[in-house]
Amino acid sequence: MQQASTIQNNGLKETVISVHNVYKAFGSLKVLNGINLEVERGENVVVLGKSGSGKSVLIKIISGLLKADKGDVQVLGQDMNMIKGKDLQKLRLKIGFSFQSSALYDSMTVRENLEFALVRNKPQMSRHEVDEAVKKVLNDVQLIKSIDQFPSELSGGQTKRIGIARTLILQPEIMLYDEPTAGLDPVTSMEINKLINQVQDEYKTTSIIITHDLTCAKVTGNRVLMLYEGKFLRQGSFKEVFDTTDERVKNFYDYNFITNP
Amino acid sequence: MNSETKQARPRKGFLSSLRDFFAGMYRLHVFILQFFKNVFIPPYEWKEIINQCYEIGCKTLPLISLTGFITGLVFTKQSRPSLSEFGATSWLPSLVTIAIVRALAPLVTSLIVAGKVGSNIGAELGSMRVSQQIDAMEMTAVNPFKFLVVTRVLACTLMVPLLVMYSGCVGILGAYLNVHTNELTSFRAFIHSAFASISFLDLYSSVLKSAAYGFTVGVVSCFKGYNATNGTVGVGKAANQAVVISMFAIFLEETVIVQFVNSFLR
Repeated sequence: MQQASTIQNNGLKETVISVHNVYKAFGSLKVLNGINLEVERGENVVVLGKSGSGKSVLIKIISGLLKADKGDVQVLGQDMNMIKGKDLQKLRLKIGFSFQSSALYDSMTVRENLEFALVRNKPQMSRHEVDEAVKKVLNDVQLIKSIDQFPSELSGGQTKRIGIARTLILQPEIMLYDEPTAGLDPVTSMEINKLINQVQDEYKTTSIIITHDLTCAKVTGNRVLMLYEGKFLRQGSFKEVFDTTDERVKNFYDYNFITNP
Repeated sequence: MNSETKQARPRKGFLSSLRDFFAGMYRLHVFILQFFKNVFIPPYEWKEIINQCYEIGCKTLPLISLTGFITGLVFTKQSRPSLSEFGATSWLPSLVTIAIVRALAPLVTSLIVAGKVGSNIGAELGSMRVSQQIDAMEMTAVNPFKFLVVTRVLACTLMVPLLVMYSGCVGILGAYLNVHTNELTSFRAFIHSAFASISFLDLYSSVLKSAAYGFTVGVVSCFKGYNATNGTVGVGKAANQAVVISMFAIFLEETVIVQFVNSFLR
């Protein structure tokens, strides 16, 4: 099978995520109806869509948490339909997943949350190196003061940041953000948006950002895709996507404008 | 709705339940196989195993102490009138010890562990599943099955026999207290009489079946919690089913093991 991680025609663009004709259904509910997506290295791609449109399912398929019913998914040259065991674990070290709920381990402090994957995946690292890595990512997300706090003692925005820091500590090539600004106030949302851009600049990551927040899409996305009833309706820059008379797109824009003036 | 439809529904429900039951049994057996596949493959989560042994063993000690002591005391007290009718109160130490070692300590302790630890594991893993913490472990290339399930099942299997032995000792102490109060029997005489009728097979089978009960509680609770769905309702259901199914399985195992051990004792 052709590898996705190949240099394209002009010799500059490298496709790191390739989704081709993907279908997914849960029982009789069809969620994805023949999705196609190519993401190039260093790109921040935003997938917009209303709740239940299949956005989260798409990144779960890309990360290997769910299997597609039909279609090809290639991530960093690996076929996600075929990969399993140790190969999948190795690949996941290169994929960071920021969950909507942050999914921090309740029973561990922030330090333990960050160390957890690091000490298990890089056992050759000394105690000092682990400490330094933890402090570095916490400084990057500006939460070094929370190092010994438990997740229950953090605010919504702080848990999002720690969730992102937990993935960054493994220095992933790809970042998948599931609703990074959901449930946050506008100021905190903007801080998270800036952090996503900062991660792209400093860690040179390729990102897919799942959101229904237009501000997040506008600030973070190099390219925006609009998901509607399991298919991409439009794609391009933020302006290109919303410069349309299509009622479905206009409704989505108007709704966001009214709720997030 | 006509009467034919009304009559057809229960039958469909029964078949559907039966299919769900066998599908659940199949998944449970796959889960057990997955445990045995993971338990021998390094790296081993020693720190977490010790942590779970502490959680399951040490934190259950006060409850086990109380119930073990009361079981021994009350069983002796209740058996006294029947034995005294035949002038056989001197048999009390051996009777109570046989009952405690063979049945009461393993059964009562395992049921308490199923209630306390089983619900705890079911709820903990269930909430980790619905809040995507297990997915987060997978996404950071950590095997959640090895970290969460293998450690807890091993801890249950190791700690329940120890708790049963402890519970047995405390139960016998409770029995001694009652016997001493009524007959002024010395501790030495009590122990001599108590253990005269206990064989190695009794102790061995008791420890072995306790390990089986511990494994059952661990596996069932982890299975229910690890596969929880439907948010907070699912977490509650997982915790509840972990306890109910563990207890039911323990009684079934007890019935089978008693038959098996008795065939050796004859």
